[in-house]
Amino acid sequence: MSLLIKNAKIINAQKAEDNLKDILIEKGQIARVGASIKAGSAKIIDAEGKWVMPGFVDLHVHLREPGREDKETIESGSRAAAKGGFTSIVCMPNTKPVIDNAMVVEGVIKEARRVGLVNVYPAGAITRGQKSQEMVDMYELKKAGCIALTDDGRAVDNSQIIKMAMQYAKMVDILLMEHCQDYLLTGGGVMNEGYNSTFLGLKPDPGVSETVIVARDIELAAYLGARIHLMHISLERSVELIRKAKEDGIKVTAEATPHHFTLTDDAVKSFDPNTKVNPPLRSEKDVEAVKRGIKEGIIDCIVTDHAPHNFEDKEVGFAEAPFGIIGLETALGLVITELVDKEVISAPQMVDRMAASPANIARLANKGLIEEGKDADVVIIDPEIEWEVKAEEFVSKSRNSPFIGKKLKGCVEVTICGGRISYQRK
Amino acid sequence: MSEWKKTNLLDLQDLSKEEIDLVFETAKSFKEVSAREVKKVPALRGKTVVMLFFETSTRTRTSFELAAKRLSADTINIAASSSALSKGESVLDTARNIEAMNVDMIVVRHRSSGIPGMLSENLKASVINAGDGCRSHPTQALLDIFTIKEKLGRMEGLKVGIVGDILHSRVARSNIWGLTTLGAQVTLCGPSTLMPVDIEKMGVTVNYNVDEVVREVDVLMLLRLQKERQQDNFLPSIREYAKEFGINSSRLKQAKKDMLIMHPGPTNRGVELSADVADGERSVILEQVTNGVAIRMAILYLLSGTHKSIETEQE
Repeated sequence: MSLLIKNAKIINAQKAEDNLKDILIEKGQIARVGASIKAGSAKIIDAEGKWVMPGFVDLHVHLREPGREDKETIESGSRAAAKGGFTSIVCMPNTKPVIDNAMVVEGVIKEARRVGLVNVYPAGAITRGQKSQEMVDMYELKKAGCIALTDDGRAVDNSQIIKMAMQYAKMVDILLMEHCQDYLLTGGGVMNEGYNSTFLGLKPDPGVSETVIVARDIELAAYLGARIHLMHISLERSVELIRKAKEDGIKVTAEATPHHFTLTDDAVKSFDPNTKVNPPLRSEKDVEAVKRGIKEGIIDCIVTDHAPHNFEDKEVGFAEAPFGIIGLETALGLVITELVDKEVISAPQMVDRMAASPANIARLANKGLIEEGKDADVVIIDPEIEWEVKAEEFVSKSRNSPFIGKKLKGCVEVTICGGRISYQRK
Repeated sequence: MSEWKKTNLLDLQDLSKEEIDLVFETAKSFKEVSAREVKKVPALRGKTVVMLFFETSTRTRTSFELAAKRLSADTINIAASSSALSKGESVLDTARNIEAMNVDMIVVRHRSSGIPGMLSENLKASVINAGDGCRSHPTQALLDIFTIKEKLGRMEGLKVGIVGDILHSRVARSNIWGLTTLGAQVTLCGPSTLMPVDIEKMGVTVNYNVDEVVREVDVLMLLRLQKERQQDNFLPSIREYAKEFGINSSRLKQAKKDMLIMHPGPTNRGVELSADVADGERSVILEQVTNGVAIRMAILYLLSGTHKSIETEQE
């Protein structure tokens, strides 16, 4: 079936088009972009007054399948992604079993295809079982369909192993993504170190646990001429280290999450376990630095680190609660409300950080751009609609969000993935 | 005398100077009850108080239990090892089940900060914090300050030193709130690795030289040093801690004449204080324990909402 989007205000990373155009979608691709395209048999979607952007690409999503299907499945996670305007997501390997061999990769891909709502690209582990002891068979994982490798949930603690992995991955030509947190330096901390942790009597995680890994990996990348992607950057100091590395021509890219540019560790004062994340929510100056980093492109892309946990898991004390919050369904609203509306970034910059740049990092050549010949991954959003985040409205299996009750601006009208409508607002 | 409106006791920073004074006034009357031949008043007759201890405790639990019994309440003890928690039930579920048996007050201790607050938001019963994580231990601080006031007769301008593992100490944090609320000046002392960041923002000063602290203070509170701190690399050795921060009689030669030595217990004799100091004439450690019962009677009484005068309730 073909689709025709009429009166589209097309916003790509390079620029927002001044004139409204039509977009004809055929056979999963963008067939034509132009004025007054005739419909023929195509289903018409009128996008007047809306923004039409390339579908968002999220490099950091936990789908929990296989292993914890009570928290999320490939199906429910895909549904949440489509609702959030995402058309491509990279799912993390810290499942049970860990995605560290071809069989698990193939299982994930097969199920994602059956669901068929968004493109799901598995990230494999860097080390077998994510134990920081031996490298995975990287060629095998790449051939099976992994587009990146990460031990997310934990950094590769062993510096010698990550050095070898970066060297080997360079030959294999696969992206390595590092969870920036030195496990021993966190000292079992559950929140950001600062007056709030002192005041609340919660174990502090000193920020240096993040910056030590950021600095280590930058040095290794420089030494090896390899590339490294640094995950969920949360500190001013990390942003500065990455800025310097980029100035020095080191092949480093970085991501940040909406919760790290919208919430500070003041949110933890409520003892709400839904404010417990890794890395922890930081101070005001870190939040500002992350925003600045996104604006200046030091932080290349925005990711959700969507980490579903079910209610029972969160009905315990803060210290006992698992780390992580969901983010697929709130990311767009937070980006528009906190970044675009407040003129931290422009709408094209938003497209860059949420679609073009992550597609580029993940080497998804035909994505992240609305142009003839590209994949028909398109999101139509209404930037003006105001809505309230409600627990019962999440399509994710989990509801562990610190944003419940918050009013956000901007929401997805239609998500088109591979030329098919994967979400349409009622 | 001011009126008591609180239904829970979670943190000492929730209490005003007037409320603390009311607790002390009430405790004074109850201290007298414990000295009687018949140590019982009917103030809480028909009320049920549950001691829900997810973390082991001897003196705090015993003290609360005696306090409740001397007020004629029915008491139940639930310890973590015997509770459903070890079977995977959540803290909140455990507490909801207990409340469903129509209990009036739940005294809770948990190793995780914030648990008493979470329970109070979800339960109708009064919640009394008997220690949560490194956050708060309000009745301990109240009994400490009550003891100081009893001994020295004043709080305003008094200099109090707290020595030891401040980082992991809920006793220190609660005392800081209470002491500063009542106008005392607090100096913290201990190894830098066991000093929480930005603690000065609580209105205290930090001094790593224990001899200077000993010289200037009116009260010296010592904290228990857990042996695990050495294994977790917070300290080079317990031996070095004892030498550099431990309080012994030679160190006390420079102290003010009427300076008090306090300790929330249980003490590590030979580590944070020597045996002769623990048993010496400056030590009020056992009086703290005695006052603990009176303070807890006062808290149980005030929270129960029964405002009849104590005299009329004598049996």
